[in-house]
Amino acid sequence: MTPGGTSGAPGVVVVTGVGRYLGAHVAARLAADSRIDRVIGVDPAPNPEFADLLDGVERIRLDLDSLGGLLADLEVDAVVHLALVTAPDPQHGGRAAMKEQNIIGTMQLLAACQRAPRLRKLVVRSSTAAYGASFRDPAVFTEETEPREVPRGGFGRDILDIEGYVRGFRRRRPDVTATVLRFAPFIGSTADTTLTRYFAQPVVPTVFGRDPRLQFVHIDDALEVLHRSVAEEHPGTYNVAGPGVLSLSQAIRRAGRVAVPVLEPGLSGAVAIARSLGFGRYGLDQVDLFVHGRVVDTSRLEREYGFTPRSTAAAFDDFIRAHHGGVVVTRAQLATAEQLVLESIRQVRSTLRERP
Amino acid sequence: MSGAEERGGPRYDVPLTVPGPDGEPARRNGHRRPTATAADPAPLEEPDTSADEPAASGPDDGATGGAVAAPGPAVADRPDHWDRKVAKGLAFLRRRLSGDYEVDEFGFDPDLTDAVFHPLLRVLYRDWFRTEVSGVEHVPDTGAGLVVGNHSGTVALDALVLSAALHDRHPMRRYLRLLGADLVFRMPVVSEIARKTGGTVACSPDAERLLGNGELVGVFPEGFKGVGKLYADRYKLQRFGRGGFVSAALRTGTPIVPVAIVGGEEIYPMLADIKPLARLLKLPYFPVTPTFPWLGPLGMVPLPSKWLIEFCPPIPTAHLRDSADDPLVVFNLADQVRETIQQTLHKLLERRPDPFGP
Repeated sequence: MTPGGTSGAPGVVVVTGVGRYLGAHVAARLAADSRIDRVIGVDPAPNPEFADLLDGVERIRLDLDSLGGLLADLEVDAVVHLALVTAPDPQHGGRAAMKEQNIIGTMQLLAACQRAPRLRKLVVRSSTAAYGASFRDPAVFTEETEPREVPRGGFGRDILDIEGYVRGFRRRRPDVTATVLRFAPFIGSTADTTLTRYFAQPVVPTVFGRDPRLQFVHIDDALEVLHRSVAEEHPGTYNVAGPGVLSLSQAIRRAGRVAVPVLEPGLSGAVAIARSLGFGRYGLDQVDLFVHGRVVDTSRLEREYGFTPRSTAAAFDDFIRAHHGGVVVTRAQLATAEQLVLESIRQVRSTLRERP
Repeated sequence: MSGAEERGGPRYDVPLTVPGPDGEPARRNGHRRPTATAADPAPLEEPDTSADEPAASGPDDGATGGAVAAPGPAVADRPDHWDRKVAKGLAFLRRRLSGDYEVDEFGFDPDLTDAVFHPLLRVLYRDWFRTEVSGVEHVPDTGAGLVVGNHSGTVALDALVLSAALHDRHPMRRYLRLLGADLVFRMPVVSEIARKTGGTVACSPDAERLLGNGELVGVFPEGFKGVGKLYADRYKLQRFGRGGFVSAALRTGTPIVPVAIVGGEEIYPMLADIKPLARLLKLPYFPVTPTFPWLGPLGMVPLPSKWLIEFCPPIPTAHLRDSADDPLVVFNLADQVRETIQQTLHKLLERRPDPFGP
């Protein structure tokens, strides 16, 4: 709770995972903030895609296991841990590599943080997957809700482990302000995630007899919250999601896509087959989400950060505008069809009337 | 949100607004109005709403109306009526297909509930069960309320009938947010219908959240013990569990409105319960009724019993807010609710000597 003497923005910030969209954009935002002196981006494999963005960021090519020396040498004040893999990538080692990165990577990072004397702030990316998925779940999760069942999906299990390690870290270093941000799935015009790719298809598989309630957070709002977490003091765990809810069927219709319901056992099997054949990045995480849905309470975020992300519906609209390519039916078409039917009924009636 | 502030006022004056038990409103019943069509969404206590329908269509289509009147005066404004129905249906379809509607955080979809589920239930409770509702004035007009009822009928139709009847008869057309067993939410399709009509899983976080938002929440504390009892035990209230509903009401200071439902027990009279089959199918019971499973799908048709629903005066809980964790207070209050429902059931049964009467 009491950061090492001074309050406000930290001087030196390390951001992990700058080879990915989220990390690169967070690092760029922090570098543009004049209150922060140095931003150091860490990633084992630099991604040329974000080179322009990361102009003001000192990039270090480093694995998380050799981070310990760096944190002490550079007198780092804050660490932002974003290097998480959300879905297994068959081209980069699949689930084993994902687990290695998520769990071992976080353990190594936290071990390094524990030994960094100057460190006073730690921001960890988590996910609303931390709430698991069960039929007995309450409709809305607050930060205090404990998961009733361990999720089947790899990412959900990783998130539970990561949060457990952060809890341990908090106990050992009570002087460090630890912020855990449980993000709803990212969406927006520029985000590229498993879920945005899913909604970008013209025909979208769903689970038969299930219409889960979904929440998204706009990627720009996620960046804003991460930025504030570094620049301000917000110890604790926060749900980060756009207020409001879209049901899956509603989201698919708003996007003008066509839903194809699949029986649940079939879908789980199909996911397993697709994964073993090495294509498709949907996992049991997605199946669970599409059976149970997930809605979180964001009042703590709004209260403590004084910031309300744009609503789930608005964030989704922004995504639709950017991905209008695969639209099957548009609103305008539906409105015209409605007018056509009404008009033809009127015409039939008037011709019937004119005939004596 | 601002639910806590909004609730403050009405919560305290709920007991004060209670009129005598024989207050006049909401006694007239829809089934006595043969003119009302099944799909007519007009509230039943206001006979003039159906009267203003043709009146409204008059000025709209005055010219065409005159043209129609000449060939067939007997059906003067019927085409306009149907015109508007078709237009309304098409607009609804367009709204649904483009996703242009709102769903709340529990998945409640008022648009779909009003347009599809309530009209269906209206046929069931008004025309099939000839339901008579009394005491609607005991249900608060604004703010939270916890409606606690007796459960019955092998298939929990009573919850659906209660929510549709309350919505139609209540002056503020309030929606009843039902709390269901997790078995309901385990089943595909059924779970989504439950959510879209405003239901959610019966657990204290959800109950307290709904009450905190100032919603009207419906619970059946007997659960499966009530729905799955034999016909021989009809109208005998079962155990009320741990009284979780009382704790939720106390924690939010919500008045409890007991409601007695008569008629639900006769729709599927359960003569026996085949327990091994129930265990095999992972169901709480496997019913044998005079028609099920003998007649197959025909056995699913509920028997047309006569229904009476009576809302009892609310029990205020605002002064007991600190006792939500006191088991003595909770059990006493649960007993009080239980007794009220049981006595009202006996009273209603005397008023209805023939279960299948008019």
